[in-house]
Amino acid sequence: MGTQGCRFGVVVFPGSNCEQDVISALRHLGLEASYVWHQDTDLSGYDALVLPGGFSYGDYLRCGAVARFSPVMEEVVRFAGAGRPVIGICNGFQVLTEARLLPGALIRNRRLKFICAPVPLRVEKSVCTWLDLPEGTVLTLPINHNEGNYTCDDHTLAELVEGGQVVLRYCLPDGTRPPGGCAPNGSLDDIAGICNAAGNVFGLMPHPERAVDGISGCTDGAGFFSAVVASAREVVGR
Amino acid sequence: MTNDTHIPAPVSDDVKTLSAELAEPLAAELGLSPKEYEGVVATQGRLPSLTELYVYSLMWSEHCSYKHSKKQLRAFSSTGKHVLQGPGENAGVISVGDGWAVAFKMESHNHPSAIEPFQGAATGVGGIVRDIFTMGARPVAILDSLRFGTLDKPRQRYLFDGSVAGIGAYGNCLGVPTVGGEVYFDAAYEGNCLINAMAIGLMREEELTRAVGSGPGNHVVLIGSSTGRDGIGGASVLASQEFDEAAEDKRPAVQVGDPFEEKLLIEVCLELLKAGKLVALGDLGAAGLTSSASEMASRGGVGIDIDVRKIPQREDGMQPFEIMVSESQERMLAVVAPEDLDEVARRCARWGVACSPIGRITDTGRFVVRDSDLPAGLDIVADMPAEMLASSAPEYDPAMSRPSWLDELHEHPLDFVYATAAGGNSGGDDGGVGDGGVDDATDGAGAPFNAALRALLTSPNICSRAWIWRQYDHQVQNNTVVLPGADAAVLRIGDTGRGEVGTRGIAASTDCNGRYCYLDPWTGAQIALAEGMRNLACVGAEPAAITDCLNFGNPEKPEVFYCFSQAVEGLASACRHFGIPVISGNVSFYNESFGNAIYPTPTVGIVGIIEDIAKVATSSFKQAGDTIILVGETLDELGGSEYLCVTHGLVAGRPPSLDLKLEGDVQAAVREAVRAGLLESAHDCSEGGLAIALAECCVQGGIGAAVVLDDGLPQVSSLFAESQSRIVVSVADAGVEPFIDLLVAHAVPYSVIGETGGDRLVVEGALNMPLERMRALYEDTLEDLVTRR
Repeated sequence: MGTQGCRFGVVVFPGSNCEQDVISALRHLGLEASYVWHQDTDLSGYDALVLPGGFSYGDYLRCGAVARFSPVMEEVVRFAGAGRPVIGICNGFQVLTEARLLPGALIRNRRLKFICAPVPLRVEKSVCTWLDLPEGTVLTLPINHNEGNYTCDDHTLAELVEGGQVVLRYCLPDGTRPPGGCAPNGSLDDIAGICNAAGNVFGLMPHPERAVDGISGCTDGAGFFSAVVASAREVVGR
Repeated sequence: MTNDTHIPAPVSDDVKTLSAELAEPLAAELGLSPKEYEGVVATQGRLPSLTELYVYSLMWSEHCSYKHSKKQLRAFSSTGKHVLQGPGENAGVISVGDGWAVAFKMESHNHPSAIEPFQGAATGVGGIVRDIFTMGARPVAILDSLRFGTLDKPRQRYLFDGSVAGIGAYGNCLGVPTVGGEVYFDAAYEGNCLINAMAIGLMREEELTRAVGSGPGNHVVLIGSSTGRDGIGGASVLASQEFDEAAEDKRPAVQVGDPFEEKLLIEVCLELLKAGKLVALGDLGAAGLTSSASEMASRGGVGIDIDVRKIPQREDGMQPFEIMVSESQERMLAVVAPEDLDEVARRCARWGVACSPIGRITDTGRFVVRDSDLPAGLDIVADMPAEMLASSAPEYDPAMSRPSWLDELHEHPLDFVYATAAGGNSGGDDGGVGDGGVDDATDGAGAPFNAALRALLTSPNICSRAWIWRQYDHQVQNNTVVLPGADAAVLRIGDTGRGEVGTRGIAASTDCNGRYCYLDPWTGAQIALAEGMRNLACVGAEPAAITDCLNFGNPEKPEVFYCFSQAVEGLASACRHFGIPVISGNVSFYNESFGNAIYPTPTVGIVGIIEDIAKVATSSFKQAGDTIILVGETLDELGGSEYLCVTHGLVAGRPPSLDLKLEGDVQAAVREAVRAGLLESAHDCSEGGLAIALAECCVQGGIGAAVVLDDGLPQVSSLFAESQSRIVVSVADAGVEPFIDLLVAHAVPYSVIGETGGDRLVVEGALNMPLERMRALYEDTLEDLVTRR
């Protein structure tokens, strides 16, 4: 698989801590990837951006609320506005909601405890250009967060559902969802990942980068990133 | 060891000394004995100043000087083929092959955590992680060894819940995975919980850095947080005294952690070290700048001259002594050559980390503290010989006496246990446990020990720890090969996303059964090492070195000191037997409340080497039809067992015996078999005995087992004795013969006890329980206990 035509930038905020995992996952898949310091404002060398997990600025305020003001973010907004792919994983998802690139917010987990565990996720039919896995595919990916409880108002939820912006939902191992919901963190409508209306900005709480090289027994993240690459190429090719 | 050339006799005349009338009572208040105070005056050659008295009181506190334990600790051997750095630095370092080196250390943060569990545990993690990256190593793993009182007490639930949350909050934010550890609950820890945190770091061998000050004229630079009044007297007030009613008033002496600042410090310090911009690096831990600066000077045989007014302060009006003894967290002390200062400042600014030149290295051998707010010529507030301060603390030879309780415990009759256990050997009986056997109709007939198994599966000392480690990020850095809940954590060696990632690994475990140590400190300490090594053998790792965290009561009590001395000698002799060096460690005394000491708890943190991470074993049964073999031999040993405690509320007898030769042989055979890929699973037999080991293999694998025990022992002992040197393995058909050949070659006793398969654990004539039932009991207990209202 050639790596030409899709250069990933992985944005590093002070307090990010999954950037090296994302870089190593991308490189493991034979992709070109490099770090982007949060004070850099030139994103012209990249075809796709990843905002990784961690605790940007300690997340002492609302998660991602400070990182959103980093110099790089103005460029990230422009980058996204140009229809180019931006993905936010965990803290990166939180930053994207704070930056208003994605609607809603991620609040404390329902039981107020940090959760680190592999969970089953269902791929929904969505407009997300990042992920072209068939609807109903069940992936097992680790989640690792204290504030992953997705919430938004009823109107926004209706828009997300109707616009095909819900990309991933927490589910049972067989792909079904019980009536009361099954999100381990209490997420509204079991939402684990959403995209913007255009489909090029995607935020998700699970960590696909931790499930690429199979070190901890799971490789469902590899399929995830392969799908990402395919669609990123398409965007770049347009 | 003193070096006379470093003790210039003339002392600055400018220092404003205290009067004897003021100094003596203050010395006593700061915890210095009259004799130690005399030593201060003699070392100084005059009366001390206020700042000097504070500095001495900290440096000569038990926490910093090990004055009660030094002599005993010399029994430990710290040399070996893997050792690159032994004790005396911030952490020990071993070589793990292919040019990689691993730094590790374990340290206690017991006293702060007993007062404020969240911050106490969090800053415990912060402190030990600083010790690791100070050595030039990237922190790659955290393990925690915890002890609390029983969870039926609301305060104990608060301490447990808070400590776990604090460890998680700090480690998760740092991006360092918490991969393992252990926890026990016993009334003995009710007044003094134990929070022992171990950190492991990885570096290339050539990156090893030491906190040795050198180069007179070089800058002394403080990097990181500003200095406040938090944690003043932490080492002397909290860690070197017993607790009493006034403990709550000591809350201000607990520091508050800022893991974000520490994350930045990790990145900026490793970057500066890699760029070769630091001559030396040390962290500010217990006793803050005082300890860090004087140790750096004394190790390098140089002097250090600091101006407290150049230190960024969090609050106004701080006195020089307050600045010097503050234990504000997330601060590092670096020595920087003048030509590199701008570059260091620039890189710190890029990370948003404060960087303040606060003084210089000198050639005087003296630790000089100035206050530039004072008029020139009168600005020296302390002037002390660095070497004497750091290494000439008094050394004691505390009195010892063998506790009378040992004989009483050893002679406690246990015969009644067999009688009650055997008394109802018919289907449905509760095997001595009083829940009436209501579940036995569903759990299966002909299973007289089902109730005992249920009681053990729901014992807080045995049940699943998933509730704890789900709160810890145990995967960040993407090198966690074996997840928490296994016998030992396994990490891939590699610099994820930055450099090389290979196929080698390390394994780590922390171990200590305090109950065994209470019943027999010598044997208990040896078992702590043996179990740690055995846990490593189960995953296929070769033990390389240990760190230890020795938690005891008040060393000035002869009975406590006897136990300490026995534990150290037992551990040291076992280490010598196995050729395992002790490369770092920590002593925590005064773990007493209202005169009651904790169980002697010499926790062992062990690290081993794995040649190929593709060839590790885990504890869960893998598929039906495998042969189950018990490696080693069960003896009639119920003393000190969890069974005895859970079913009879009794802690008595002798702990299990330990045959070091047999232990080594069992480990060698299993390790060899794991490395040869002969085993499907391997699991250490520990608390709860063979019955619990089997139940865990079943629950974790989701596969049942049919077992027949034919060891000639009373059934209760076959099932629940905690005999050492035993490992339960499962072997696929093709592996059985070569594995048995291997056992025979190592002259290791073994028995083929059954086969995996089905959805129940059946031990003929003893146990019969569905997997799902065991799983629910095992996995739900801890959360139920903590969230109980």
